[in-house]
Amino acid sequence: MILFDEVSKSFGPRTVLDGFSLEVPDGQTTVIVGYSGSGKSVALKHIVGLLRPDQGRVVVDGQVVHELDRNHLAELRRSIGYVFQFAALFDSMTVEENIRLGLARRGLSQEEVEHRITQSLRLVELEEARQQMPAELSGGMRKRAGIARAIALGPRYILYDEPTTGLDPVTSAVIDRLMIRVRQESGATGVVVTHDMRSAYTIGDRIAMLYEGAIRQVGTVDEIRATRDPLVRQFIEGRPNAPAVSGPAPRTGVGP
Amino acid sequence: MASKGVKQTSTPLFTPSRARPTLQFVQHLLAVRGTGVGGAIERVGRAAIDSLRALTDVRTWAPLVVAQMRRLGVDSVPIAIFIAVFTGIVLALLSSYTFTGAVPLYFVGSLVGKTIMMELGPVLTGMALAGRVGANIAAELGTMRVTEQVDALETLAYDTNAFLIVPRVLAGGIMFPVVTAFAVAIGVTSGWITAVNLLDLSTPEFLKGLRLFYQFKDIWFGLVKAGSFGLAVTLMGCLQGLRATGGAQGVGRAATRAVVLGCEAILVLDAFWAIVLL
Repeated sequence: MILFDEVSKSFGPRTVLDGFSLEVPDGQTTVIVGYSGSGKSVALKHIVGLLRPDQGRVVVDGQVVHELDRNHLAELRRSIGYVFQFAALFDSMTVEENIRLGLARRGLSQEEVEHRITQSLRLVELEEARQQMPAELSGGMRKRAGIARAIALGPRYILYDEPTTGLDPVTSAVIDRLMIRVRQESGATGVVVTHDMRSAYTIGDRIAMLYEGAIRQVGTVDEIRATRDPLVRQFIEGRPNAPAVSGPAPRTGVGP
Repeated sequence: MASKGVKQTSTPLFTPSRARPTLQFVQHLLAVRGTGVGGAIERVGRAAIDSLRALTDVRTWAPLVVAQMRRLGVDSVPIAIFIAVFTGIVLALLSSYTFTGAVPLYFVGSLVGKTIMMELGPVLTGMALAGRVGANIAAELGTMRVTEQVDALETLAYDTNAFLIVPRVLAGGIMFPVVTAFAVAIGVTSGWITAVNLLDLSTPEFLKGLRLFYQFKDIWFGLVKAGSFGLAVTLMGCLQGLRATGGAQGVGRAATRAVVLGCEAILVLDAFWAIVLL
């Protein structure tokens, strides 16, 4: 289980997370939605220790991430697959080499490494691009290659940072279907950050909305669809004119 | 779950207090991480510890060193030779111009040899490589940083210092002396050809001058300097690249800073070795 416990994070004078608390149950896909620049990716980076909280803590499998020493942090990272917003493929390596790099030094036999590379590329339907360089791939193919690199590790958790951003609707739907398939086949717990509500409804078991550095509301897909919180409604319906609302979510609304 | 934490309050740098104000001031200095002298010392200390730890991760960096040696060293030989050829020509002609009528002309050999081996060979090669290698490394690692490839490497449980910095710095430390040795040989040869063809000097006279004040130290002094230049230039490139932020503009700034700092480091180290070893 992943737990954000009153996490605060600032960059210079700008506070991005401000008392952010969220529980990510095992075996489910939790989608964190919110406006661009609201700190969704920042939250995700805390899970793998790429960022340290200024206050609060992030707990993964009972371990406080920022208190782990180097070896234990590396051990934790081996159990997490991270799909970056722009895939972050190593551009001096082929797709196969990108996946192989993640599998190296994990005590796997050569046969097992080859098997995992083949399986992960088959799952994302990218076998034909095995020897291609990232620069030769389209945006959607790059995202799929990034997913292949993450799932080849056989992780317990998979973190997706804006997996459908910048893609056309059809390719976005392909990526959504792929994420669902990955969860079904691997059983990995997923955390997805996105501002694409169509995608959130499709892949999420639970949806949490991040607003002004903290969780505004969290619930199942149906609960979020039925929310009475005007701020959440405005976001999920994509209405440009904001209702004049501030302060906490209304008590009558669906939420925690 | 929708709880919102207490607003973070900014900590004043110094709060006046009647009791133990000095202690409180020191505590505040230590609390403001990453700023001021305390922050600089902390950063340097942490970088030193991280570097030592990365050096022990041989399994990560060892397979990458040879490729970096080829990229940083072998590929830099043409530019080093180009510079050495013209340095040799100019040095021969300049010394002849200076010596004419005052000093026997065979001293051209002495000046060309001594100057190229001990100073111009290492420094000019180092400067050229600071531009080529330092900017190359900073741009490459800077691009990796801003496109999250460095983060990706960390999430794959790699030590980025061992994977990115150590192979490049070691390759620089090994290959700069090799490239400099080539440059010295070419520079002296170029000076000799110039002296024989453009000056009134024979080969035996040039060689006589070359041997006159020669010591083995002339060679190793230059190569030791070149090794230190290699370490400094590659380290500057790596550190500036990994600190890049903000896209293409940030990468460009990192590359520029890497070249400037690399050149400055070469000049400082040049003076340092002259003081220590001469």
